[in-house]
Amino acid sequence: MKALLLVAIGAALVNNVVLSQFLGLCPFLGVSRKVGTAAGMGAAVIFVITLASALTWPVYQLLAMAHIEYLQTIVFILLIAALVQLVEMFLKKFSPALYKSLGVYLPLITTNCAVLGVAINNIGKSYNFITSVVNGVGTAVGFTLAIVIMAGIRERIEYSPIPRAFRGSPIVLVSAGLMAMAFCGFSGII
Amino acid sequence: MSGCIERLYNGLIKENPTFVLMLGMCPTLATTTSAINALGMGLTTLAVLAFSNLVISILRKAIPDGVRIPAYIVIVATLVTIVQMLLQAYLPSLNKSLGIYIPLIVVNCIILGRAESYASQNPPHLSFFDGIGMGLGFTMGLTSIGIFRELLGSGTIFNFRIMPAAFEPVSIFVMAPGAFFVLAALTAVLNRLKGLPEDGVKSETTIGCGGSCSTCTDSHCLANHDKLLEEEGQV
Repeated sequence: MKALLLVAIGAALVNNVVLSQFLGLCPFLGVSRKVGTAAGMGAAVIFVITLASALTWPVYQLLAMAHIEYLQTIVFILLIAALVQLVEMFLKKFSPALYKSLGVYLPLITTNCAVLGVAINNIGKSYNFITSVVNGVGTAVGFTLAIVIMAGIRERIEYSPIPRAFRGSPIVLVSAGLMAMAFCGFSGII
Repeated sequence: MSGCIERLYNGLIKENPTFVLMLGMCPTLATTTSAINALGMGLTTLAVLAFSNLVISILRKAIPDGVRIPAYIVIVATLVTIVQMLLQAYLPSLNKSLGIYIPLIVVNCIILGRAESYASQNPPHLSFFDGIGMGLGFTMGLTSIGIFRELLGSGTIFNFRIMPAAFEPVSIFVMAPGAFFVLAALTAVLNRLKGLPEDGVKSETTIGCGGSCSTCTDSHCLANHDKLLEEEGQV
């Protein structure tokens, strides 16, 4: 139990997926204009990463049984693309309300390197099934935390006088750098 | 022949993926902690890019339009797997230091972007050189960022000591926050060179890799633009 908690905290705070591993930067920079949209994106990422880490683990065991581990990259990326499509279709049919709130973010996730990154990391660190899922949830919560904080900062930036050359992405990157420094402070807790 | 040279020039200077198009920001930030890592990542991407362009261009008439993106992903993933196995066999230390970012070349938007916007419409030899040009441009961008970070962060370039002994390395530049600061400075300089945004003008992109996905031709990205614009219209 303690080990699982450490994995979750490590994934969410210490090795934050965006701020220390640089995965999922596109949505982090692109969909962080408003807190509402950022939270929606975060929810969709939590959903997909959790499912993807639960799904890729048994599939990798099958690959390992057949001694074709080297196919993992191809299999994982196709699996994630199919999973995202499936989730989108499923939500559209059975939960239109949830689809309405998450739907627009789902296609963005296929090309989100955080999803593939978590799946490969789980295998690379040879986690078991439960730990893989916990690591997935932790990573996704870390992503959500980072993107929501970023959106909060960006809403404030809108009202601040920024030097002309730094308007747009440069000031966002500076804020991200300051956030990354703050997150470095977590490295002592585990 | 002149077409091939034009492609190389285009990738290196005119449409440099790092400095002009600003594509593939994840590996740009993650692997530029030292010049040698950056060079390794650039050359690995170059190999995948050149051959994926070649294969996709050869197969461009055979791949049905409806399933072209999954087909491209399978081709790119296959090439990445081959490159990864070659690195494991011949350059294990580089493979170890780049780690997870090697398999993640699959989702690098430069590769799908070039496949979609160039290789799917042009003959194999031009596409191959387009891949080499873009790959060289990416390598150049990554290596120069890597040199800068390594020089400030550890006082060396390619592990050769450059700075005098009295120089205190600013180690934040080789850590994660430094990557963001270096890229922020770089995009600010580019903003300055490209012409500054006027006061009160909203940026035209809703989503982007640092506000630059507008130039990303990856069809996922294009679809996302529409969807997000639509969403913002509703709210």
